[in-house]
Parts: sequence; C-alpha cells; structure tokens
Amino acid sequence: MYGFEAMTFNIHGGYLEAIVRGYRAGLLTAADYNNLCQCETLDDIKMHLSATEYGPYLQNEPSPLHTTTIVEKCTLKLVDEYKHMLCQATEPLSTFLEYITYGHMIDNVVLIVTGTLHERDVQELLEKCHPLGMFDSIATLAVAQNMRELYRLVLVDTPLAPYFSECITSEDLDDMNIEIMRNTLYKAYLEDFYKFCQKLGGATAEIMSDLLAFEADRRAVNITINSIGTELTRDDRRKLYSNFGLLYPYGHEELAVCEDIDQVRGVMEKYPPYQSIFSKLSYGESQMLDKAFYEEEVKRLCLAFEQQFHYGVFFAYMRLREQEIRNLMWISECVAQNQKSRVHDSVVFIF
Amino acid sequence: MAELQSGGGGGCCPPMDLFRSEPMQLVQIIIPIESAHLTVSYLGELGLLQFKDLNSEKSPFQRTYAAQIKKCAEMARKLRFFKEQMLKAGILSSVKSTTRADNNTDDLEVKLGDLEAELVEINANGDKLQRAHSELVEYKLVLQKAGEFFSSALTSAAAQQREMESQQTGEMTIETPLLTDKEMSADPSKQIKLGFIAGLVPREKSMSFERMLFRATRGNVFLRQAVVDEPVVDPVSGEKMEKNVFVVFYSGERAKNKILKICDAFGANRYPFNEEFDKQAQAISEVSGRLSELKTTLDAGLLHRGNLLQTIGDQFEQWNLLVKKEKSIYHTLNMLSLDVTKKCLVGEGWSPVFATKQDALERAAFDSNSQVGAIFQVLHTKESPPTYFRTNKFTSAFQEIVDAYGVAKYREANPGVFTIVTFPFLFAVMFGDWGHGICLLLGTLVLIVREKKLASQKLDDITDMTFGGRYVILMMALFSIYTGLIYNEFFSVPFEIFSHSAYACRDLSCSEATTVGLIKVRDTYPFGVDPVWHGSRSELPFLNSLKMKMSILLGVAQMNLGIILSYFNATFFRIGVNIWCQFIPQIIFLNSLFGYLSLLIILKWITGSQADLYHVMIYMFLSPTDELGDNQLFPGQKTAQLVLLLLAFVSVPWMLLPKPFILKMQHQDRHQGQSYEALQSTDESLQPDTNHDSHGHEEFEFSEVFVHQMIHTIEFVLGAVSNTASYLRLWALSLAHSELSSVFYEKVLLLAWGYNNILILIVGIIVFIFATVGVLLVMETLSAFLHALRLHWVEFQNKFYEGDGYKFSPFSFALLDDEDE
Repeated sequence: MYGFEAMTFNIHGGYLEAIVRGYRAGLLTAADYNNLCQCETLDDIKMHLSATEYGPYLQNEPSPLHTTTIVEKCTLKLVDEYKHMLCQATEPLSTFLEYITYGHMIDNVVLIVTGTLHERDVQELLEKCHPLGMFDSIATLAVAQNMRELYRLVLVDTPLAPYFSECITSEDLDDMNIEIMRNTLYKAYLEDFYKFCQKLGGATAEIMSDLLAFEADRRAVNITINSIGTELTRDDRRKLYSNFGLLYPYGHEELAVCEDIDQVRGVMEKYPPYQSIFSKLSYGESQMLDKAFYEEEVKRLCLAFEQQFHYGVFFAYMRLREQEIRNLMWISECVAQNQKSRVHDSVVFIF
Repeated sequence: MAELQSGGGGGCCPPMDLFRSEPMQLVQIIIPIESAHLTVSYLGELGLLQFKDLNSEKSPFQRTYAAQIKKCAEMARKLRFFKEQMLKAGILSSVKSTTRADNNTDDLEVKLGDLEAELVEINANGDKLQRAHSELVEYKLVLQKAGEFFSSALTSAAAQQREMESQQTGEMTIETPLLTDKEMSADPSKQIKLGFIAGLVPREKSMSFERMLFRATRGNVFLRQAVVDEPVVDPVSGEKMEKNVFVVFYSGERAKNKILKICDAFGANRYPFNEEFDKQAQAISEVSGRLSELKTTLDAGLLHRGNLLQTIGDQFEQWNLLVKKEKSIYHTLNMLSLDVTKKCLVGEGWSPVFATKQDALERAAFDSNSQVGAIFQVLHTKESPPTYFRTNKFTSAFQEIVDAYGVAKYREANPGVFTIVTFPFLFAVMFGDWGHGICLLLGTLVLIVREKKLASQKLDDITDMTFGGRYVILMMALFSIYTGLIYNEFFSVPFEIFSHSAYACRDLSCSEATTVGLIKVRDTYPFGVDPVWHGSRSELPFLNSLKMKMSILLGVAQMNLGIILSYFNATFFRIGVNIWCQFIPQIIFLNSLFGYLSLLIILKWITGSQADLYHVMIYMFLSPTDELGDNQLFPGQKTAQLVLLLLAFVSVPWMLLPKPFILKMQHQDRHQGQSYEALQSTDESLQPDTNHDSHGHEEFEFSEVFVHQMIHTIEFVLGAVSNTASYLRLWALSLAHSELSSVFYEKVLLLAWGYNNILILIVGIIVFIFATVGVLLVMETLSAFLHALRLHWVEFQNKFYEGDGYKFSPFSFALLDDEDE
C-alpha cells in the first residue's frame, strides 16, 4: 500500500491530521519559554500562559496557584484534545490513538499497586494517575495481592491483558516484582505497538518504527543503568529488552553484561545515532542522560511532522505536549521553590 | 509630507470627508505618573488616539502595570464566577442598574472579594446539606428496595420449605434464596454467619461490579440488584445519575474486606441495614422525618443564596464594564514608556488632526490635582500614518466593502465614496425587477425599523451580516426597483404603468406572440421598455442587444472613473510622472478603443442606423484602410478610426518606456554627491524613531522597476479588453434573472392556474413562493452581490487603488463591548 496512501489518506485521516497540525502550532515556542523562565511568581506564569492556548483552562483559577494546579489544568487540555481526536477517529486511527495511552495505563497500574503496597489511600493515588491512562476498574487494583490476582481480577478486562502473559506468577507483590512487571508490560506493549504499526504499513510504519525503536533503545539503556548493582540477573535483564530497535539483538547482548555506566557508554557509542547523545556527557555521569535522551526524542518527534499522510504525527504531538507539560512543571517548581538558576537544567525546548 | 499632513492636498476637489483619510499626526504625550490613570481614562472616553506600543520588547509581566492587570484579571475571574453562579441559579443580570456604583477599583476589589467568600461559603454549606440530603434519599431507597428483597425472600423461602416438607426432594436452583440455607442447615454447629452489605451502585458500573465481586470471591457471594427508576443525586459528585440498589450476601471476614474495597473502588455507597422488619420501618420513618427537616433547611439556604445573587446581579453589568475599562486602561498604560526620572510616562500615538485632545488632557490634569499638567506635542515622522475615515451607520457598510479588499493607503482616494452609488446600481442592473426589489425593500425596512432593538442583542452569524449590511441592501432594493421599472419587469409580468404601449395590432389577425402586424399607434413608451416586447418572439434579441450595449457603456464609464481617480491621486501626492506617463496614455488607450465603441453605440441608438458594430470594431484592426460601406455611422469615420488606432498603438510604448527611465533619473538626481553619507545613516539607525527618515538611501534596482512597469502595462492593455468583456456579466446575470423569474411565473403559477383546481393552485402558489424566495431573492441576490463586488474590486479598483494602508484603531471604551469573549 506504500506510495498510494496519499490518494486515500484524507478520506478518513485528513480532518484529524489537520486538527493535530493545528494543535501542534499551539505548542509553546522558544520565545514563550524564555519569557516563562523569567517569571518571578506562579501568577506571572499564569499570566503568561493566559496568552497561549492554555488560557481558557487557567483563567478561572483563583489566585494562590500551586504547581499541581497548573500541571493538572495543562494536562486537562491535552486530555480534552485527545478525547476530541478519539471521538472523530475511525479505524485504524482510533486503535492507533488508543495504543498511545497504554503506556500511561501501565504506569497507572504500577503506581496504584506500589501505592497500595505502601498503604497509601487509594483516592489519593487515583488523583496522581495520568488521566489518559485511566480505565473503569482501576481503583479495584488495590484488592489484588499477587500478580495472578491482579490479572484475574482487574486487568483481564483492560487492553493490557495480552501483555500480562509473561508475568503471571503467584509471588506476592513487592517493589522489585512490580518494577519487573512494569518493564515486562512495557516491553510487550512496545512490541505490540510496533507490530501494529508495521501492519498499518506505509509512511506510518516507517516513521513509527523509527520513533518506537528509539523508545525501545532508551528503555534498554535505562533498564541497564537502573539494574546495575541490583540482584537482577543478566538473563532476566536481557528478557526485559524489547525485541526490536537499533540495539536488537547484538547491542542487547552487550548491554546485558554491562556492570557500570562507562561500559554502557562503550556499547552505545558504537551506534552512530546515539554517539552524539553520549558525546555530550562526561564520563561516569548519568544525571544528564535523561535530558539528552529527551532532547533527541523531541528532535525526532518534530521531524515526524515533516511528512504528510501518516499517523506518526498523532503520536508525536501527544509526546511533544507531554514534554511541554513536563517543562512547565519543572519551570513552575523552580519558580515556586526559588531555584531559578536551575530552570534550564531540565527544560527541553521544543522549537 | 508636512503639507500633506496639513491637509491641503491637490486642492481640486471640494472637502469630502470620506474621499480621503482624515489627516493624522503622531503626538507625544508626557503625563505625570499620578494623573496617568485619569488621563488615559479620559482619552479612552474620547476614543481618538491610537497608542503605539513603546515596550514591545518587554514581556507582559515585566511591564510597569503588570500587577494592576493581574488584579483586574482576578476581579474579572470573580465576576465570571458570579456570572456562572447566576446562570446556574437562573438569575439574569439587569442591564440598567438603578444605583450608580462607586468608581473606585480598590473598593470594588474588596467588595468582590467579600462577596466571593460569602458565596463560596454559602455554596459549601449548601453542598454539605445537599450531600446529607441525597445520602438520606439513597438510604431511604435502600431501605425500601432491600426490604422488598428480604420480604420476598422470606415468603418464597417459606413456600419452598413447605414444598420440601411435602416432597422432601428440594432441588437447588439459582433462584433459591440463600437464606434458605440458613434455615435448612439444621445442625447449629455448622451454621455460618452470613453477612450482607446493602447500598447503591451507578447503573453503568453495575455489570462490572457484579463481575468483579464474583471474581474476587470466586463466586461465593450472592448479589441482588434492583433498578431505581428515577435518577438519584449522587452525594459525592452532586450529579444526577441512574443507580441500582444492591444487597450482597457473603460469608467470612476476608470476603467482607474484599467486598468493602470493591465497593469503594466502584463508588458504591453503603448504608446500614437491619434484617428485622420493625427496625426497618422505624428507620424509614426516622429517615423521612430527617429528610423533611433537611429540605426546609436547604430551601432556606437556597433562598439566601438567591437573594445574594440577585444583589450581585443588579450591579453585575456595571462592575463588569468597570473592570473591563480598568483592564484596558492598564493595558494602555503598559504601552507607555517610563521616563528616566520615573515621574512621567511618555506615550506616542496617532490621532486625527481635528481632535482636540487638549480639553480632555486639561480636564484630566485638573481633576487629578496634579501640579504639572500633561504635555502634549506633535512629532514629525516619515512613518505612514493609519487611515481613518469618519463613517456613519450608513456609509460604514460601504466602506467595509472596500476595506475587505484592502485598507486605503493614507490619504489616497477612497473608492468607498463612489461605491455608495455604483455598487447598488451595478447590483440592480443584474437584479432588475421591481417586484423583487419591493420584497428586498420590505425585508431590509424591517431590519432598519427594529435597528435599535437588534443592535443591542447578539445575533447569529448570517443575521448579523445581513443586519450589518442593511443600508447596502436598502440601496440595492431601491435601485433594483428603479431598474425594474426600466426593464418593465414585475415578477416577469410587464405593466403599462406610464402609458399604454406604443404599438397595437393593425387588424384582428395578428397574434400576441409576434411583432409582425403591429404598428405604432402612439408616442414612444415614455419610460423604460415597452411592455409589448414581453413574450414576443423578438423579445430576447431586442433585450439582449439593449442590455449588452448598456453593460459596455456602464463598464467604460466606470473604468474611466477609475483612471480619473488615479489622476487625482497623482496630483494629490505630486507625482508628475504618474500623470504624464500613466494617466494620459491609459485614458487615451481605453477611450480610443472602447470609448470609441461606446460612442458608436450611442450614435447607433440616436440615428437608428443598421450598422454592424462588430464588423466596424473588428475591421478597424484587421484592415483599417478599407471602406466602411453600409457600416458608416458618421462622415470621416475612416480617418477618425485611423487616428484612434494610431493613438492606441502609440500609447502602449508610452506607458511602458518613459516611466522607469524618469524614475532612474530622479533617483540619480537625488543622490548626486551623497555617496559619502554612510556615517550619518549609522547615526540615524541608532535612533529608532528617525530610522524611517532615511528613505533616500533605498536601493534603486532599474531592472526590477522596469519589469514591474512592463507587468503593469501588459496588465492594463490586456485588462482593457478583458475588463470590458467582464462587464458583460451585467447583461448575463440580468438575462438569467429575468429568464428564471419568467420560468417560475409561466411554468409554475400560470400552469397551476390553468388546471382550474383549487388544490393545484394552492400547491402551485406555494411552489412559486418558495422558488421566488429561495432562488430569486436569496441565491440571485447573493450572486448579483458577488458579481457587483468583483466588478468593484477588480475592474474598478485596479485602475487606481493601492490599498496597502492600515486602519486607525483608537483606544476607546466604546469599542470595549465588541471584544466580548
């Protein structure tokens, strides 16, 4: 079907592509970030945001603002936009859009389960969940005691059910287990999403495979770094890597045996696209790695908009907006805590 | 430039306000900081000053009055909150308020804050009460429905027991109440304590709730649900939703914990419930009592809230206006720059010369008891001022037609003046039917009579557009009545209004459908088309020839007007080269070809000659030296044609060649001996305000100017032909209109009439009315409007109109209401 999608894409996808490109035009620009970084109080931030597309969502907030309110309202805007697009979408775009939220679902499941384990209030945990990853019976997660129950009680009704096949054990839940579960789920999710995009074919497959491969590789690196010095065995670690991406399979073999960050670096520098990321970091440093990865991701996401007639723009837009909200959260936190010198540490400019 | 600003201009035409923009000047105001607010508010009431943003490089919160703007935004938020609350309570804010509210914003801020706090508290209390109320309602429902379960279960259990006693072979089915277990288990040691939980669950979740219970307890529960018919107010969210009453029976403490958690997760509200009937009855009566108590409390609270909102509503509009004004004042103040001494604000802005702002300024300075009054001085600049036409409610719609194409360059001739007449006239040429004209007139008169009422309310898009253009439509209707009388059309029926037809049958044998056999019996029909043409075989050839020629005459006249306006522009801006190398050759070219054609048309009408004008025009080019023969209209026509042709051919290179060379020479003259002025220019660039003065240094690219001129020339020469042809749309649309209306009249109305059946007649009349309104009055009006628009924008305005100015948008309170969010 490759090459012919330009002829038929607009029948179903044209309207939404136009919508999403319009949304993208509303993303904050570097000038906006510059102004935001100069803000003295949260009210200044609100005032500045009221001139942007966030205006209607923030204008009715009473004056002593909190960072959480800002983030909540900004996320609300994203959710509204997402829902609008989902309502308008037809197959297979609607499935594609739903796939985008599964990542949040996994995070929410993990959040609730961990929270219950540490005996937090469920209501409080629910408020912290990302609204895109909500499903009906999410609150019931608190009932489950082990993986098997978790699956049988709750998750069997959710789209996450198929991803669970690899992590059904009767062991009781603990932090380590949950973390492994998260990564196993994520691995299964990414692979499924990847397969789905390949099935769609055309420019969508091309662009999404690039973006998802980057995501998979980033997760592989993060898993490796986070598992250094834990009791996770090499084989277990190897099992958590997604079976696609630039690093698959040889990079994975090498990553699986890494014992410190410099070894990871050695492995990654063999891959030209990641060379530039690691060349920015000094040896032994892993703090700035997240930011470097985010920057690279944003660059790739922006490139997705260069081509027309594919679904990658929806994925890219959602991701960019989430990055923007992360930026706003960081800026607001810095302003609220009077740490303005650190504003630039974590803000990733989108344009 | 100074002369231009003083407004003398060409001095050729009488003072016409609309013809050229008001003379504008850049003024600088220096206001002492303490009287700044008052001064700006007077200026806002005056509404004649367009402030320039002198702080455009600063972000909004770095400006001087950011804090005040924030305060205003906060007040606006509170007002929005009140509005929302009033909307919920169904209270309308009264437009006119009786009491004059205090104009002090600080007081207002405090007042609004208090009111908000009070309202929030009332709401919170009300919510608490409401919550208790809906909880009680739910409890009552549970008591009733669950009581039914128990009683029905008891009776059926009793019946079953009796049955079992008689048969001793009781088979368990799913319907068997679990309670029978308890009664059947004879062995008291094995007796398990069955617990139960009762409550309400949202109906849409009830299925998954049941499934979850089943899964979590591995089927060891018994759940009964009953539908509550009416939607119940949920105590937590306060929204109405459909719910089910449920009772879950379980055994064991672990199951209970699980069920409780699941209930929480599904937002199911649990209520205590007693098995015994008398206690249930007691609980019900207790709950009912408390419900009625709560109801009275709630009502009292609502009344109190309603009163509070009513008092807010009385003054809401006034406050709203005040806050809007305040906000706009501070936004304006933010555009002024702070003096070095921090005691004065310096502002710059455009204002029309006629405005006497001094009054407002003096008043402001006087009122604020400031020691130093505001200073106001005129700045000289080369920057192009905004264009400002003082329009009224009649002319503004026509001016908007022109502005939609492009706002006039400062002080250039405004086509809007002519548009007032030519636009409705050209429309009417295409829409000539005095019956339809009267319909349009009645429609627009309704709008005009109810003008005041309609202006105050918000209209939807299409009505708003029609309302805005009501005077345009009025003129269009009047003109179409006029042209309709000339065409002698009234829903395509000819009338003998002015006298009888000039023609009559020579004898009885002549039929209506032909002109053969008609002789002229009276004087020529005095006004418009003789009604006898209508329906005759030669109607179309006659009317087509008439309308076609008329279109060309109108077109040539309007294009000439356009070219003459370019002369006025050239003299006004003192650009001689435009007169000599553009205006004169253009007018010669157009008139030697199409002016001549118009002359021939008129001559032919006057003399009644049979000459073939196509032939004359075509052979004027193909073989100008041939004899004209029968087609000669006046003596010496051949010589005249030769001269005209020659003039036309000469005027083309005349348009093309001299202007670029003259411009080049002028440029060189201006810059002789100025090659070493780079230093001065860098000096100037340091001062942003005088930057525009250095227009002498602009690049002169000869090739570019030449290509530009070539394009212009080609466009004009080709345009002269194509634009003239374009005016034939007047004929085409008028033809289409009259044909359509005659089709509707003859094929619908007369046909229905012919059946002599009242039913068919009624249907025919209905179809006729809908066709007339839908197709002729709406669609045809739109299409004729669009074509008239095109003739103005393209054929008329491209002869002279630059349209690259920008509109004067003063800081004015009167415009505040328009920008309603």
